[in-house]
Amino acid sequence: MDRSNLNSQLEHLQSKYVGTGHPDTSKYEWGVNQARDSYASYVGHYPMISYFAVAENESIARIKFNITEKMLQPCGPPPERRD
Amino acid sequence: MFLYNLTLQAPNAINQAILGNFSGTRQQELIVSHVSRIELLRPDTTTGKVHSILSHDVFGVVRSLASFRLTGASKDYIVIGSDSGRIVILEYNPAKNVFEKVHQETFGKSGCRRIVPGQYLATDPKGRAVMIGSMEKQKLVYILNRDIAARLTIGSPLEAHKSHTIVHYCTGVDVGFENPIFACLEVDYSEADQDPKGEALRETEKMLTYYELDLGLNHVVRKWSEAVDRKANMLVAVPGGTDGPSGVLVCSENYITYKHIASATLSVPIPRRESPLENKDRGLLIVSGVVHKMKNSFFLLLQSEEGDLYKVTIDYTGDTVNEIKIKYFDTVSVASGLCILKSGFLFVASEFGNHHFYQFEKLGDDDDTPEYSSNDFMGADGEHLNIRVYFKPRPLENLLLVDELASMAPLTDAKVLNLTDEDTPQIYALCGRGARSTMRILRHGLEVTEMAVSPLPANPTAVWTTRLTADDLYDQYIVVSFSNATLVLSIGETVEEVTDTGFLATTPTITVQQLGQDALLQVYPQGIRHIRANKQVTEWRAPGGRQIVRAATNRQQVVIALTGGELVYFEVDDVGNLSESHVRREMSGNVTCLSIQPLPKGRRRVRFLAVGCDDNTVRILSLDASSCLEPLSLQALSAIPESLVMIDMPDQISEGSLTTLYLNIGLQNGVLLRTVLDQTTGQLSDTRTRFLGARAVRLFELNMAGNPSVLALSSRPWLSYQLQSRIHLNPLSYEALEYAASFTSKQCLEGVVAIAGKELKIFTIEKFGQVFNETAIQLTYTPRRFVVNPVHKTIAVIETDHQTYSTLEKKKRLEELGFAMREEEELDPVVFGHARSLPGKWASLIRILNPATGETTFTLELEQNEAALSVAVLNFAVEANELFLAVGTAADLTLQPKSLSSGFIHIYKFVNEGKGLELVHKTPVEEVPQALLHFQGRLLAGVGKILRVYDLGKRKLLRKTENRMIPNAIVTLHNQGGRIIIGDVQESLHYASYIPADNKIVTFADDKSPRWVTCSAMIDYDTVAAGDKFGNFFVNRLPQKLSQEIDEDEAGSKSVGKGYLHGAAHKVDMLAHYHVGDILTSLAKTSFVAGGREMILYTSFLGGIGIFIPFQTKEDIDFFQTLEMHMRNEMPPLAGRDHLSYRGYHVPVKGTVDGDICEQYNLLSGDKKRMIAEELDRTPAEIQKKIEDMRIRAI
Repeated sequence: MDRSNLNSQLEHLQSKYVGTGHPDTSKYEWGVNQARDSYASYVGHYPMISYFAVAENESIARIKFNITEKMLQPCGPPPERRD
Repeated sequence: MFLYNLTLQAPNAINQAILGNFSGTRQQELIVSHVSRIELLRPDTTTGKVHSILSHDVFGVVRSLASFRLTGASKDYIVIGSDSGRIVILEYNPAKNVFEKVHQETFGKSGCRRIVPGQYLATDPKGRAVMIGSMEKQKLVYILNRDIAARLTIGSPLEAHKSHTIVHYCTGVDVGFENPIFACLEVDYSEADQDPKGEALRETEKMLTYYELDLGLNHVVRKWSEAVDRKANMLVAVPGGTDGPSGVLVCSENYITYKHIASATLSVPIPRRESPLENKDRGLLIVSGVVHKMKNSFFLLLQSEEGDLYKVTIDYTGDTVNEIKIKYFDTVSVASGLCILKSGFLFVASEFGNHHFYQFEKLGDDDDTPEYSSNDFMGADGEHLNIRVYFKPRPLENLLLVDELASMAPLTDAKVLNLTDEDTPQIYALCGRGARSTMRILRHGLEVTEMAVSPLPANPTAVWTTRLTADDLYDQYIVVSFSNATLVLSIGETVEEVTDTGFLATTPTITVQQLGQDALLQVYPQGIRHIRANKQVTEWRAPGGRQIVRAATNRQQVVIALTGGELVYFEVDDVGNLSESHVRREMSGNVTCLSIQPLPKGRRRVRFLAVGCDDNTVRILSLDASSCLEPLSLQALSAIPESLVMIDMPDQISEGSLTTLYLNIGLQNGVLLRTVLDQTTGQLSDTRTRFLGARAVRLFELNMAGNPSVLALSSRPWLSYQLQSRIHLNPLSYEALEYAASFTSKQCLEGVVAIAGKELKIFTIEKFGQVFNETAIQLTYTPRRFVVNPVHKTIAVIETDHQTYSTLEKKKRLEELGFAMREEEELDPVVFGHARSLPGKWASLIRILNPATGETTFTLELEQNEAALSVAVLNFAVEANELFLAVGTAADLTLQPKSLSSGFIHIYKFVNEGKGLELVHKTPVEEVPQALLHFQGRLLAGVGKILRVYDLGKRKLLRKTENRMIPNAIVTLHNQGGRIIIGDVQESLHYASYIPADNKIVTFADDKSPRWVTCSAMIDYDTVAAGDKFGNFFVNRLPQKLSQEIDEDEAGSKSVGKGYLHGAAHKVDMLAHYHVGDILTSLAKTSFVAGGREMILYTSFLGGIGIFIPFQTKEDIDFFQTLEMHMRNEMPPLAGRDHLSYRGYHVPVKGTVDGDICEQYNLLSGDKKRMIAEELDRTPAEIQKKIEDMRIRAI
């Protein structure tokens, strides 16, 4: 398999599966993807989100709303680019 | 170690609830999901009760449910969005009472991932398409249609993806018969991700987007997109087509907005509760909503996060909306699902606590609650509405509570104890949240509803009920027999004695039967009395010197046994006379019991008679005219049979109307046998045995849960009944009874009349299938932990609520604001919740309960913003005769980021025979003390990551030694001898030993993998079972050799060793691993059956109770593992998740067999049962028996 083909396959994977890493993945991107993956998993697993709701004494819907809101920018603004 | 997992009570929290006509009849039904189980509930609109019809474990996470109906059809289908990476469409088959999978389409990987659809489901209101969406990017639309044979078809998926987009909500817009439209709330993060200055983030808008499915082009397009409030969280579709203006209500924090293509935007604020303690900066969210369509109108009910319901009405002309109006409706518990039935009922599936079923009394049309209209709040388009409007909360005015379904969620802690000295231990569980919290005491047994108790003049020996004619719907007489008399009571408005019935009152009675069309039969020791409708009496006298000892009857046939063991047989002939058969039979011994097969409708004769004799046998005799009273088969028993009952139960395999005939045998040694009687040959096979109690077992035929059932009376009553294709045998939570009979009246269709001592009792059973019955004790705040005072048998509970005003704080704040606290104005916190305070504010109390009476004998509310988080009962060596309670608290605790001003360990002394507490002192500590334990006459405390030993001092606790080897925070502690097991909040379990010589605690072993421990239990000196936050259960064991070495090594040099992989010197072995599917909150090694084997009982956060039973033989392990493998193939889980990968969600399953899937063997068709049985070299009956035996062993 030649290199270009491998690259195109990787690109395909990256576009299909959000969060797939590449050699130049920055720490920030890594963190953001990890946080978004975790948040989506919390919302999906109902026992988990209700556990949070009891700990914080909020309704489950409020916790879900807060978590989904956090997915927008889970790790703060991105760092300045150094080109 | 090899374990068998069995669910005793499935988690009963509901995360989704939908309404539909799933049976295809006019009756509306509910389908609810308990995360990994779906249940069909049928509300009875005449009685207002909700009945569970079918509950099925799907071995997956059900994340969304939706129902749809094809145009013109009368039956609703169920769509499930789960973690399986598949969309599944189910149909309910009412004849077989099963869910059938109609379609299953795979679209992605399994698991709750951010880009794999399953989180959101939206159906087109006309049932033409369904959208399934994920948290981010992916949305798929499936077209639903029917083929020529009117079967449901599903198209290939159409993509409506949009990358870099987070989805908050999806719903189907009602557009009548135009192209289906789905509305989504979306946020695009692509720009915010690129902008370091954060400007793009501020400018990011939340968009309401319409996706249109072009049915002609078979294509999905983004039709329309408009910005809405950034804090929008939910959409509710407004009826369209001929029913309304179409469009959606966008629910945002503090207000709701109406939006639709080419339509004006209208907003109205959400009314807030009027309260002086209100936090004005806090927004108010809508958490659930439901639309109710009536003949010519519709309204919406929305619920806020406080639990307040609002009625929203929309005024429109044609397609134009003029006004939306909102008003306060009533307050119920915060719901995860709301359903309004056409018959005027509201089902509230609560997030936490019991689910409620309400009846609408009014629709809130004409009361003085203020109504707010969008016309009064006309702002510029899209502008943030910043007006607050208020209402005054009040008790229910429009709704009336008619039924309640128990839910123990959230279950935070539990223990298995026998504090009240009963036959079996009780489970004490802390349930609920905030003011709705309870401590529930669970006892194994069905709940009994007592309807009447009446005293009798003497000690009765037996009781029967009878109808007067074959056509009667209800029982007319209750006949009570005494040792020398018989009393007849007639059932009417009241129960009264009657004398002119034709019954002989001066003799005891052996049996009573309604005979033929309209006659009555009384069998008494000297003869048989046949009473015709015209009160004409025919007597048959027992031969001289002999008495009738036993009798068995049905409506056409009578068999009596005379002293000495002779049987005489009678039949009702065509003219209604009772004629004696010419055949008599002498049995080998004295007859101790008789039973005749029940007479099926329309038949005149049945074939089998069962006779029990004192030579420890039961014989089956034929009643055929040609072979009258000839023996067919015989069963030898271990003791003298006391009682026999034959009943027909519907076949366990749902194949038409076939029934199986069971012979139930009660023995004098307290054992109940259930045997299958072959309907052609009369042979007995497949015997199931169960010990019921110390007394001889008496059996009675009843009708329960719609099927024939058997009541077995021993030292406690038991009921054997059929429910959802399984025969259950459960004890009743009731006193010991002596005799019983079924009781049917207008008020009570499935009742029982029974004798206990000198009393006649009438009772009924309503909640079948719930093996535990509960007694609740009200608490104030969310309970966290509890301990038992072992000397005085009292319970100490700590309760803590975040963001809540404590009583003192509340009073102070009200005084500051110039309000005097007035009792009568106080809202009931059980309905309305506690007054909400700011984050970082805590209300907490310590309570002492008496478990026998359920009464609270002492409460102490903590002041200075302290939160009680751990508790232990202990005695100190320095004051050995006193019992102390240690409570770990944190002051000014904030959760995110975690901070506190100080931790404290309070030491209280038990006073007043354990009924009260007295503060000894308070010791400040640097971190949150999350785990406390009695340890060798001292206190072992996990303070944050520090493990410390304290001794009691005069003014505070004195530090004795500490260990700082634990990585994060200690959450659980156990101790046996010098060994200490420490559970870390995210680094699993650590083994430590205390070395007295050096006064040192050394951690010498830990786990290989990180785990977020929630609870743990020491199974033995080397073994620990624990649960983690992701719903896994695991067992760790220290290798035996290592364990010995550590114990022999008194200096501790071996224990310390050299750290390995940044941890302790040694690693423990994992013995078992299993994904339970719900967060475990307590684990205990216990035995439920008196003298039974020990097993591990667990409780889970959403209210489940289950057990792990250790296998005893290698054969059993092989058998159940093979059965489990076959079950996975033959009955793949309904939601499409692979069973093996579900049970190995995070770590592959190890050393555990799933008994729940094994029990689904009973649901297979006969062919598949036989196929699996052949593979296992057994018969289906043998397999069923083995499965049942496992359950019996447990409970």
